[in-house]
Amino acid sequence: MTLTDAEKAAVLSLWRKVSGNLEALGAEALERLFSAYPQTKSYFSQFDVSHGSADLRYHGAKILGAIGEAALHLDDFNLALSKLSELHAYNLRVEPVHFQLISHAVQTVLAAHYPEEFTPETHAAWDKYLAAVSAFLTIKYR
Amino acid sequence: RSSDLKHPAPKAKMVHWTAEEKAAIHSVWKQVDVEKDGQETLSRVLITYPWTQRYFSSFGDLSNAAAICNNPKVKAHGKKVLAALGGAAQHLDNIKSTLAHLSELHADTLHVDPENFKLLGQCLVIVLARKLGAAFTPEVHGAWEKFVAVSCAALSKHYN
Repeated sequence: MTLTDAEKAAVLSLWRKVSGNLEALGAEALERLFSAYPQTKSYFSQFDVSHGSADLRYHGAKILGAIGEAALHLDDFNLALSKLSELHAYNLRVEPVHFQLISHAVQTVLAAHYPEEFTPETHAAWDKYLAAVSAFLTIKYR
Repeated sequence: RSSDLKHPAPKAKMVHWTAEEKAAIHSVWKQVDVEKDGQETLSRVLITYPWTQRYFSSFGDLSNAAAICNNPKVKAHGKKVLAALGGAAQHLDNIKSTLAHLSELHADTLHVDPENFKLLGQCLVIVLARKLGAAFTPEVHGAWEKFVAVSCAALSKHYN
């Protein structure tokens, strides 16, 4: 799955706006994930998952930060994601389908905060991009 | 009475909605523009998941995002789909029977894979998030995802 130039541009342009607000947006993505799909809480039993908690802000920022780092290496995810790929495969073993769930949660955050920018084309580019990131993170699962 | 113990009433399998969930679903639904939001939802499905265009070969020009967003058949069909979901939203305690005829239609005639109901549900959530912004809180979002999941299950009921 390769992104067209237009899709890369759409991902990067919206990422530039997101990158200044990683904690709040990342926390919100996790809140939405847990609210919409309670089964995803299974990885976070030790977290304080209350609204705006330090745990959610810290971890949400980490997740969004990694998504952004990958956006800066669209032609070779290995440069940004190889350690994370191993972490998810051997250590975390996040359910493969949960990557789609978090992708949807992230996109809902983007839609809610950047309605003008999240046009159908940008939405499609982000969905494709997050699917590519998810595929890379699960590539070592077996 | 002893006769009740011999023949207990069959338990109705109903989805349990909390008062908050019902309120969230209804308050969001009140703000839905069936025509505009239906058009945007279906357009986003066809653009984000282009293989879904396979089900709409009679719709004319779907060759790019602009064509899809301006396609009158997409607009009309989006409105139909959202109106049907609205019917389900008005009958939260009875979604299965409300959508039963549509389940038969999709299973027996249209042969649409149920996976597509999920895709449309996701695009609808995106449309609502864009429209309502911060008012589409994680809690409201969660209630709406549950509504979409229950509706998808109802639409899938007749398949097997």
